[in-house]
Amino acid sequence: MEKSSSIHATDINIIRKKHMKLFITGLILLALIIVSGSITNYNHIDGLASIPAALQWLFANMYFSGSTLSRLPTVLRLLWETILISIVSTTTAAFFAMIFAIVGSKRTSVNGFLMYFAKLVASISRNIPVVAWALILVLSFGTNAATGFLALFFGTFGFLVRAFIETIDETSGDTVEALKATGATYPQVISKAVIPESMPQMFSWVLFMIETNIRSATLVGLLTGTGIGYLFDLYYKQLNYEMVSLITLAIVVAVLIIEAISNLIRREIL
Amino acid sequence: MNVETLTRPDNTAEKKTQEVVFPFPEEAAQEKLSVEDVPVIMEIKNIDKSYSGSSKVLKDISFDIRKGEVLSIIGPSGAGKSTLLRIINRMIEPNSGVIRFQDKDTLNMKGKALRHMRTDIGMIFQHYNLVDRLSVFENVLHGRLGYKSSLQGIFSMYSEAEKEKAVEIISELGISEQIYSRCDELSGGQKQRVGIARALIQDPKIILCDEPIASLDPNSSRIIMEYLRRISREKDITIIVNLHQLDVAKQYSDRIIGLNDGSIVFNDVPEAITAESINHIYGSNLEELIVE
Amino acid sequence: MSTYVDRSSKGKIKISRPNKGQLKFRMLIIATILFTIAGFFMMDYKGLELWPAITGTLVNLRDMFLMPQLNQITLGSAIWQVIITLSLAFLSTILGAVISLFLAFGAAMNLSKPWVSQTIKTFITIVRAVPTVLWVLIFAIAAGLGSVAAIIGMVFHSIAYLVKAYSEAFEEIDEGKIEALRATGSNYFHILFHVVIPQTKSFLIAWTFLRFEINFGVAVAMGAAAGAGGIGYALFMSSGFYYDMNEVGMITYMILIVAILLEVVANKLKAAA
Repeated sequence: MEKSSSIHATDINIIRKKHMKLFITGLILLALIIVSGSITNYNHIDGLASIPAALQWLFANMYFSGSTLSRLPTVLRLLWETILISIVSTTTAAFFAMIFAIVGSKRTSVNGFLMYFAKLVASISRNIPVVAWALILVLSFGTNAATGFLALFFGTFGFLVRAFIETIDETSGDTVEALKATGATYPQVISKAVIPESMPQMFSWVLFMIETNIRSATLVGLLTGTGIGYLFDLYYKQLNYEMVSLITLAIVVAVLIIEAISNLIRREIL
Repeated sequence: MNVETLTRPDNTAEKKTQEVVFPFPEEAAQEKLSVEDVPVIMEIKNIDKSYSGSSKVLKDISFDIRKGEVLSIIGPSGAGKSTLLRIINRMIEPNSGVIRFQDKDTLNMKGKALRHMRTDIGMIFQHYNLVDRLSVFENVLHGRLGYKSSLQGIFSMYSEAEKEKAVEIISELGISEQIYSRCDELSGGQKQRVGIARALIQDPKIILCDEPIASLDPNSSRIIMEYLRRISREKDITIIVNLHQLDVAKQYSDRIIGLNDGSIVFNDVPEAITAESINHIYGSNLEELIVE
Repeated sequence: MSTYVDRSSKGKIKISRPNKGQLKFRMLIIATILFTIAGFFMMDYKGLELWPAITGTLVNLRDMFLMPQLNQITLGSAIWQVIITLSLAFLSTILGAVISLFLAFGAAMNLSKPWVSQTIKTFITIVRAVPTVLWVLIFAIAAGLGSVAAIIGMVFHSIAYLVKAYSEAFEEIDEGKIEALRATGSNYFHILFHVVIPQTKSFLIAWTFLRFEINFGVAVAMGAAAGAGGIGYALFMSSGFYYDMNEVGMITYMILIVAILLEVVANKLKAAA
């Protein structure tokens, strides 16, 4: 009897400890929210109030007048340019990322030094934000497609190297061993085991990055004065909110179409 | 299965000496008589291996490998079976020791010579290690890569003779209907037969088998083991097989090596296994084995 | 010879018989390569002089990375700016996470009704389609440029990301465990707090931290592009306003260090999950 009640007591202690831990974690998070709120001058009530106001505004400006709609061809042209930059920068980055990933994966690496070098380059390239790349590149390359292309290229490259290394590690460890054991050369192992096994997964990552990059391209365009981002910025500053709504809508539709195509492709290849 | 053999080892050991069950009894009996005259094709001497930062995996391993024999390596998990097998074709480098294969020291080989040595040693795996997205045919032909230049390999430039040979081996193993199937469409037993075909087309002197039946059901396991045995008899290829099932090792091998904690504690014909030697091999891990 | 073997018109044996899926994938790869090459010619390079641009960038990169130095702002204020950016990222992540948790219960197929799940998923797909910077600028029309618009805009995108991640984690929970609790007569909230959350806790934490890592980068961008302040704004000023490459370099280093630290922690949490 005594024994069972003492067990009971420790059980309760454990539960109480668990609750204490949860409570303290909650308290710390709350404190952090308050502190960071005051650091950034963030007002929760203003924040909440802005949501309905912004949405109302967005829909109110969706009855497009004739003059707005007459600019649709320009919007579509710049949207196309943005999509083009996103796709080309992603696929080009994917090509280089594949080489770095093969060197950087421990399953296919040629030697330790090159492996760490590849990983380091990739890490630096992805951890410098795309905006920083854009701001640096725009100084010399100017406001044209090359700036956007390169800024997206560096961010995408770093991200894809990491994703591709994971893909190679997951998919092709066993077959690499089997082909090495038959006496196959390194290029043969890569082309016959690693590439066929990891290609579909890699392509899926490329599709993901194209989707992401169309959004990033808008940001880069805003900073570097190119593509759809530039157009948005232009009308935003002119307070032409109908055009702002139209451009937003165009981007949403474009991203949704590309996502739908990606999902279709994924279903076929995976 | 293990439980049964291990709990009454005396009976089974005695029985096996009296009536050795082989799939091809007569052939086997003939082979048996001449075992001592069969030439040694590989000598393994004083192999030591330790991975950085851990204790020794293999300690002073020495044994001979004879032409055309079926040699089983048994022992508890973690005994170093897998490492030993991979040292034979140098997928893993030993710390010291000597391996002589066809009168050459394999441990000094580099580049081309190393790859050439590997073409003489086929290997099959527990998880088959096939390229799932390629056809059975392509996977089998991968066994020829060691004979080709990098470019020939990359562009799949196989000769008609090689392809004919592959078709022949595939049909011998009874998987011709699946020849163009992607490997991820096959059953486990079929995958392992593709693995065997990939090893056979190398035209090897030795085939290393790393737990070839550990992922298979009993029926497929029996088929695979019988194929391996037939290969050794008909093609005079040495089969070295890591097993954790003692009864399978006893049934199919010409010789058994027992490994415990990185050392060889038994090396003899299966008939010579006694309760004591089983204790030696599995040692204090006996209970673990039964649980498994 | 075997009847199972295909031969080419010259009587050569074929080593594969590609199925429709493989053929489609091959076509896709070829189409992608061709599109990329064509894309390079279709892009608008007006005003670009390639060689001066490359050498100019290399000089800038040298000034940045080999001679980093703060000129316009002090180190103390630069660090303070990094803290502001971290705070922006933190606030938008934590607010996004709380809202996402509840939306994810509704979005997970095994915890919700199909029409609720479908509605929430459609909603987040659309939210995700709008670039963060556009969200921020749209909210800025209502709230003015500044931290409020930045945080609400980033919250929106965090929600779109986290609801997807959380609900997928929930959907992988063993149905039996939910069944077992249902059988004892537990109500919906008991199931959520006694099975769903404890089972997926480490995943939720890993994903949330991953989003925090992403939000740090986004917060830098919002500082530069949408007037949200913080280190991003400092970066924008030193490059676009002062053309001070040494300072750009120093700030980039500071961002890089924080980003790599966050990535290391995120990887650790992900590996543990």
